[in-house]
Amino acid sequence: MVLTKRIIPCLDLKDGRVVKGTHFVALRDAGDPVELAQRYNQQGADEVVFLDITASREQRGTIIDVVQRAADQLFLPLTVGGGIRTLADMQQILRAGADKVSINTSAVQDPALISRGAERFGTQCIVVAIDVRRNLKMRPGATPIALPDGRECWYEVVTYGGTRPTGIDAIEWAREAEERGAGEILLTSMETDGTRDGFDIPITAAISEEVGVPVIASGGVGTLEHFYEGFVDGKADACLAASVFHYGEFTVRQVKEYLAARGIPVRL
Amino acid sequence: MKQVAVVDYGLGNLRSVIRGLERAGAVATVTSDAETIASADGIVLPGVGAFREGMEMLGDLAETVVAAGRTVPLLGICLGMQMLMDTSEEHGVHQGLGLVPGDVKRFPQTAGEKIPHMGWNTIRIEQQDPLFEGLCREEYVYFVHSYYTSAAPEYTVATTTYIRPFASSVRNGTACGVQFHPEKSGAVGLRILENFIEML
Repeated sequence: MVLTKRIIPCLDLKDGRVVKGTHFVALRDAGDPVELAQRYNQQGADEVVFLDITASREQRGTIIDVVQRAADQLFLPLTVGGGIRTLADMQQILRAGADKVSINTSAVQDPALISRGAERFGTQCIVVAIDVRRNLKMRPGATPIALPDGRECWYEVVTYGGTRPTGIDAIEWAREAEERGAGEILLTSMETDGTRDGFDIPITAAISEEVGVPVIASGGVGTLEHFYEGFVDGKADACLAASVFHYGEFTVRQVKEYLAARGIPVRL
Repeated sequence: MKQVAVVDYGLGNLRSVIRGLERAGAVATVTSDAETIASADGIVLPGVGAFREGMEMLGDLAETVVAAGRTVPLLGICLGMQMLMDTSEEHGVHQGLGLVPGDVKRFPQTAGEKIPHMGWNTIRIEQQDPLFEGLCREEYVYFVHSYYTSAAPEYTVATTTYIRPFASSVRNGTACGVQFHPEKSGAVGLRILENFIEML
């Protein structure tokens, strides 16, 4: 009897439609996020993350509709991120049926948003998403992390989808996010995101050891073994992936069966 | 159709609970009206967040919930279950509703085990209960909590182990509770909500 490791498919949404995943021919409507989420649910997904990348504030209503429909059909935990800047934004998403909200750039710009959200809605509702990039130019005060090739670097927090360096040390930021009331850390490394070479293990392990809240590893999954590495070497509590599921390379169930065979506790 | 009052005291996402109860065949009403609660066939006390705030926001409704919970089936979910107990030590010691004997305590901090206890873990059904009718002795359900409930074996319906064994479901007469979220626990959770409606 142990807490199982979680597998979390992530759906990127734009104007209420799934951005990736058009190759899913078996779906009646490949672009409908609720239908895709339902499919992951049936495969045994432990949670689903919706990431809203809609640019304009005017179109934000579409995400509310998606969350409501998903909550009405799925009966499993839903996290929603993207464009959440205020307590009112959080409230709107949570009332629509989400269990957690994920904040990223807005938390870096205004760290008190974490504390206020945690006080108002409970720490379990607040996921702080941290995007990081390696910086090989060491600076005083930054936490040194050893890379597998022997080099040393520090990890810098980046915002606006990884485009803007902030000068903030990722380990320090993770610690602050926890102190301020984050219930979970969603860590994405820009080094590995989209590469399909596996998670960025050094920073995943470092943050997971640093904080006392669960850590979700994200960015870089290409093979079944990468999930195993995320849990064992990265010490993650959950692994998030998008494209390997959208393009149907593996089902969530295949990933879990693989992990179970290698001794990782999963819900099957 | 059975009328279920879902007690609204200003906390949390109630949408999934409502849909789950509706799917189980009940008419579910979100309410903070004492009369509606007192006249319902069954009561659900949901909740996420902190114990003291939960009790404070429940306020005068506490009396109504206690009286109703002694006569019709009452299901506490997550914080709602913890509020059924005698006391909680979350941010100081606070009185609960006292419908089920037992206490709520903080998980001890241990190396390598994260708090909150968040994710899918096993419940082990310790005594037959209509709430778990048709389920296996062990099932996976979804948990999110940082405090655990300790109750005597006669009030403990199911147990779960995380850091230490704790009561993941309790019952005293018509009042019962689950620490996990049935409305987020897929088919197993929906079955539990159906079983609750069957009890009305």
